[in-house]
Amino acid sequence: MLTNFAALEVGQHLYWQIGNIRLHGQVFLTSWILLGALLVFISLGTKKMENDPKGLQNLLEFLWDYIRDLARTQIGEKVYRDWMPFIGTLFLFVFVSNWGGALIPWRLIKLPSGELGAPTADINTTIALALLVSLSYFYAGLSNKGWRYFEYYVHPTPIMLPFKILEDFTKPLSLSFRLFGNILADELVVGVLVFLVPLILPIPVMFLGLFTSAIQALIFATLAAYYIGEAVEEHH
Amino acid sequence: MLAFNFFGATEGGLFDINATLPLMAIQVVALTYILNSLFFKPVGKVVEKREKFVSNNIIEAKNKLSEVKKLEADLLTQLQSARTEAQRIVSEAENESDKLYKEALELANNEANASKEKARLEIESQTSSARDQLSKQADDLSELIVNRLILEK
Repeated sequence: MLTNFAALEVGQHLYWQIGNIRLHGQVFLTSWILLGALLVFISLGTKKMENDPKGLQNLLEFLWDYIRDLARTQIGEKVYRDWMPFIGTLFLFVFVSNWGGALIPWRLIKLPSGELGAPTADINTTIALALLVSLSYFYAGLSNKGWRYFEYYVHPTPIMLPFKILEDFTKPLSLSFRLFGNILADELVVGVLVFLVPLILPIPVMFLGLFTSAIQALIFATLAAYYIGEAVEEHH
Repeated sequence: MLAFNFFGATEGGLFDINATLPLMAIQVVALTYILNSLFFKPVGKVVEKREKFVSNNIIEAKNKLSEVKKLEADLLTQLQSARTEAQRIVSEAENESDKLYKEALELANNEANASKEKARLEIESQTSSARDQLSKQADDLSELIVNRLILEK
């Protein structure tokens, strides 16, 4: 039964060999296409900035405001400015990847091995993002509070120490696997439904997938901001 | 034939972790810098400039409003004082005219009384002189009558 699903090509990759290292080519291909589209969109919107925003500028300002609110509520008034570009990039990258993977009919493009899809459906991408978040909150905590950052581990009591240390491992693990699992599962469900019933039935699931994709992007960005906010928070 | 290969898989699998991971991390960091200079900085500048403009305008409008209210209160007090002043002047003038009227009335009364008194005195004196004359004439006449009667005898 599972071999039949090989038609969906789960776990198949388009390998690029550069010297000694091997890359998942399909992940980079889709991410370059989607990020290129994002950058074109943003350059068009910010080409002529006016005081009375029109068209694309309006949308971009709304997006900026949304990301600022997210960063400000989670990180706090004091340092949210430093981290807003990072949080915003995470949100935009995950959102564009998820929606691009769900909306664009990649299946029509045949690859010699593997298939194109959301870059966030690859565990490498999500672990990369999650590790960046881990580095960021360590850096945020240490740069803002110096060695006093480690007070966080014994706050409010030293009993918390093992749990807080454990958290440093579970945070990136849960971040990466949540995103990876949700997006991969959505692709698989849509793929299987399209495979079994190619008419109408997959459409509501596709809409659900779009919803999930947006929510996952929001969750990822919010949690990243929350971890950074937790690291820079002052205990009294 | 299971498609699941865990860490250290030779080929393929859902959990096939390789150099894609660090390269993707570098790509995301680069994207952060690109988006910062292309998107977050310029849009933030415009939005914050506008927010500043709006809040400045609100503050200015509030200042103007309070100034208007102050001026309004000023004018109101001025109006009030002008009104009381007018009232005072009117009542003063009324008092003045009342006084003048009373004075004139008194003067006229006195004059009238004086001339009445004078007339009365004159009438009295004339009456008494007339009476004197009459009694003198009556005396003369009675003497004449007496003399005639005596002479006829």
